[in-house]
Amino acid sequence: MTRSDQKHDGLATGASTAAVASGAAGGAAVDVPSPKVRTINRRFEFLYFAIRNNKLILGLSIVIICFLIAIIGPLLAKYSPFQYTTSYWSPPSSRHWFGTTQDGRDVYAQFAAGMRSAFLIGTIGGVIASVVAMLVGFTAGYRAGIVDEILSMVTNIFLVIPAFAVLLVIAGFLHNVSIPVEGLLVGLLSWPWAARALRAQTFSLVARDFIGMARLSAQNSWRIIFREIAPNMSSYLFMMFILLFGGAILISATIDFIGLGPQFTFTLGKMMNEAQTNSGLLLGMWWWFIPPGIAITAIVGGLYIMNVGLDEVFNPRLREM
Amino acid sequence: MRRYFARKLLTYSLTFIAAVTVDWAIPRLMPGNPIDDLLARIGTRCNTREQCDAISSYFYNVFGLHKPLWVQYLTFWKALFQGNLGISVMSFPEPVSTLIKNAIPYTLGLLVPAILLSFWAGNKVGALAARRKILDNTVLPLSYTLTATPYQWLAMVLAWTFAVTWRFFPISGGYDPLRTPSWSFGFAGDLLYHWFLPFASLFLVQFGGWAIGMRNMIIYELESDYAHYLEALGAPRKLVRKYAYRNALLPQISGLALAIGAIVGGALVTEIVFGYPGVGSLILSAINNKDYFAIQGIFLFIIVGVLIANFIVDIMYVIIDPRTRIGMQGGS
Amino acid sequence: MSLRVENLKVYYRTLAGDVQALDGVTFGIADGEIMGLAGESGCGKSTLGNSLIYLSGRMKYVDGSVELDNKELPIADMHEMDRFRYKEVSIIPQYAMSALNPTRKIGKMAKEIIESRGVDYHSILPEFTRRLELVGLSDDVLRMFSLELSGGMKQRAVMVLSTLLNPSLLIADEITSALDVSTQKAVAEMLVEFRDRGFVKSMMVVTHDLSILHQIADTILVMYAGHLAEKAAAEVIINNPRHPYTRLLISSLPEVGVTYAKKRLTGIAGTPPALLHPPTGCRFKERCPLAFEKCVEQPPFIEVDKGHFVACWKEI
Repeated sequence: MTRSDQKHDGLATGASTAAVASGAAGGAAVDVPSPKVRTINRRFEFLYFAIRNNKLILGLSIVIICFLIAIIGPLLAKYSPFQYTTSYWSPPSSRHWFGTTQDGRDVYAQFAAGMRSAFLIGTIGGVIASVVAMLVGFTAGYRAGIVDEILSMVTNIFLVIPAFAVLLVIAGFLHNVSIPVEGLLVGLLSWPWAARALRAQTFSLVARDFIGMARLSAQNSWRIIFREIAPNMSSYLFMMFILLFGGAILISATIDFIGLGPQFTFTLGKMMNEAQTNSGLLLGMWWWFIPPGIAITAIVGGLYIMNVGLDEVFNPRLREM
Repeated sequence: MRRYFARKLLTYSLTFIAAVTVDWAIPRLMPGNPIDDLLARIGTRCNTREQCDAISSYFYNVFGLHKPLWVQYLTFWKALFQGNLGISVMSFPEPVSTLIKNAIPYTLGLLVPAILLSFWAGNKVGALAARRKILDNTVLPLSYTLTATPYQWLAMVLAWTFAVTWRFFPISGGYDPLRTPSWSFGFAGDLLYHWFLPFASLFLVQFGGWAIGMRNMIIYELESDYAHYLEALGAPRKLVRKYAYRNALLPQISGLALAIGAIVGGALVTEIVFGYPGVGSLILSAINNKDYFAIQGIFLFIIVGVLIANFIVDIMYVIIDPRTRIGMQGGS
Repeated sequence: MSLRVENLKVYYRTLAGDVQALDGVTFGIADGEIMGLAGESGCGKSTLGNSLIYLSGRMKYVDGSVELDNKELPIADMHEMDRFRYKEVSIIPQYAMSALNPTRKIGKMAKEIIESRGVDYHSILPEFTRRLELVGLSDDVLRMFSLELSGGMKQRAVMVLSTLLNPSLLIADEITSALDVSTQKAVAEMLVEFRDRGFVKSMMVVTHDLSILHQIADTILVMYAGHLAEKAAAEVIINNPRHPYTRLLISSLPEVGVTYAKKRLTGIAGTPPALLHPPTGCRFKERCPLAFEKCVEQPPFIEVDKGHFVACWKEI
């Protein structure tokens, strides 16, 4: 693996995984005298920097607010998302906070239900993708050799095939997917970049002495992986989960927008799909399609910003810049 | 270098085989037998008795359901190599390949400029923003917002603002339906006029991701040893940034390869919003008409397109990273 | 006097406050002198070396002045300092192995750096290849990427590149610590060769390895916790050190021909003080076997013998 590849395998770059984790930055020619700060417990040190990190606080606040809307929102809805009322096509009012659709359904009720779906999809998709990524990444990085060759090849194949395209075929043939099934499918298709990143991280960890010691003492491989390797990259794993969580929400929004999502539950993507197919856009019914998009942008953007903050907390080098 | 490309080609071949297999297997694995469903639906799609029989027997033969699975699989491959993606149900008797062929120019015309320009502009702006407080404080939040935006939503917001509210641009279509396509400046202008909003939408979402990526990578590079060495020798800032930019571009290019799938997805939903007559709109009508042949064909087409794009990125990487050229990359 | 450093103070900015890594140092380096700068890690020796050429983002100039060949070095002014870098002061950095841009051929990179400093590459190229040959590198390396070179080759290429414009002062920062013993010796001898051939006028060799300095340095300056402890000719420092810290440092070195079963190697008890809030007075007093009440005041760094400076109340 080249230098640049390793950098890329940090949770760092580009459109696919927007977040900062420049890994260990290159060492400058300085010998910093050891300050007394070192003696403070590391856990408290993280907390100390965490509560002082504006990006982390901002991102976390946005996500928490969205989460609260997802939890409490549906309880406040006066209508069911599928219920037809007598006011059609009406802009936001005190009766319909977010207005109604062209056939008289309450947009707020749909929105609140959609928020719940978004967090559900994100959680299911994020957890499943993380588990697969960990299984593949840890095994490939730890075992090396032929196992690594095969797993890397599989990872690369999944990496090239666009997840949404496979979802397109699957969902196209399934008559109706439920939120959990959609989450499962999204999770099973969005793990490859994370597995590749974990493999590289595991490689570099395995090269360190303490893992070698554990190996020499003939411990069980999975025991070493979960006792020694995983805890040493827990911050990395957490940040990876956050990105997979946000990614699952974005991918499912695409699928739902095409009309292949759940039929009997509301999602934010489905709202945009209905607004689009029922000319909500042409009729200028902004209250219909603006809220779901803002919500997705807020959740995903909040997660990204949170990740940048977390990265600064976990990586002292970024902190002092 | 040969080893590098051999590996890549092996991966891509396996990917293609896997994709074709998935494409073949999914209709056969799904509950509720979509093929029966399809045959049943055909009855409602044809006009004359003769036509119905023709379609039915065609599908029956194509799927070859009475034959063993491996024969079905081989037949599928054979048809594929003959460029036969089946007959479309929604626009019978057009072959699926013709539908795709008609849609390709629009999709590529949207995708290629959007990818190249956003990659170029995002990297430039990201590099400028790095280590410049004012720019950083404006570009970064904007970029994070853009990159978190669903493609279809930005498309809707742009369409609503510039086409519905202000009427600066047309709301849908690839060209004015009152015009007949011709090689004239008037028609080209009309194409551009319809092209602009979907392009802008696609451009903006991607732009954010590239700007963030470059900004972060270049900060990393500016902190690297070679940059510090240059500075210690009094090299001007311009040279240091030039080196850092070039080296930061490498992971961005690998990022491009990773992102292509998602970008294609974004292009498709953007087309749907603007009713742009590309592959995205084709998908939508295929889904709405339960045209399974079209869905399968489009899936394969997308995979092949993504594979080709990946290969182009690989070549770009080799051109820009001398280390792959001199064979230092190795296999790992 | 080639270099004159007067009461130089450079601190490190950290979130917890300023670390007083270099707290008022005054010394000089004569023309043609190779001065070794020794001390434990964290004593401020690298900070001193680096501050003479490039103050990185976290280093903060506080006070003092630096004069090179009777010209004031504007070390606090990043931009003004550019005129002096490379041409007057140059550095072989600690990270020499990774100092070369991985995606540029070495010749091209050298060309770009040199031309960016307003020097014509083509007229300097023959000298460049001659010097590469001197350190045992053929001019093929100019057409190679740094990845194609071994660690030792990269180090030598950087040595030649850093000194190509014949700087008056060269700072060599821990350049031997990443090398094996036989290469260390060869690299150290090359430094002397560079001085003898006049590629550089004087040199400051920063290292924690006193045995290297014994081989090549004319004088040795010992630092402790951001202060100067002692400076004298290399022989004097090794054989007749007068500062208690230097004595302990020397006695903790292994000696050739001594069997350590009989004579135990002793370290220095205790740890250096944290420089975030350094103690007043002599900073060595906590660990010093000779400390007495006077040590609460900071001892001056004064000449106790010709060319022999010590900062210890016991020596005054």
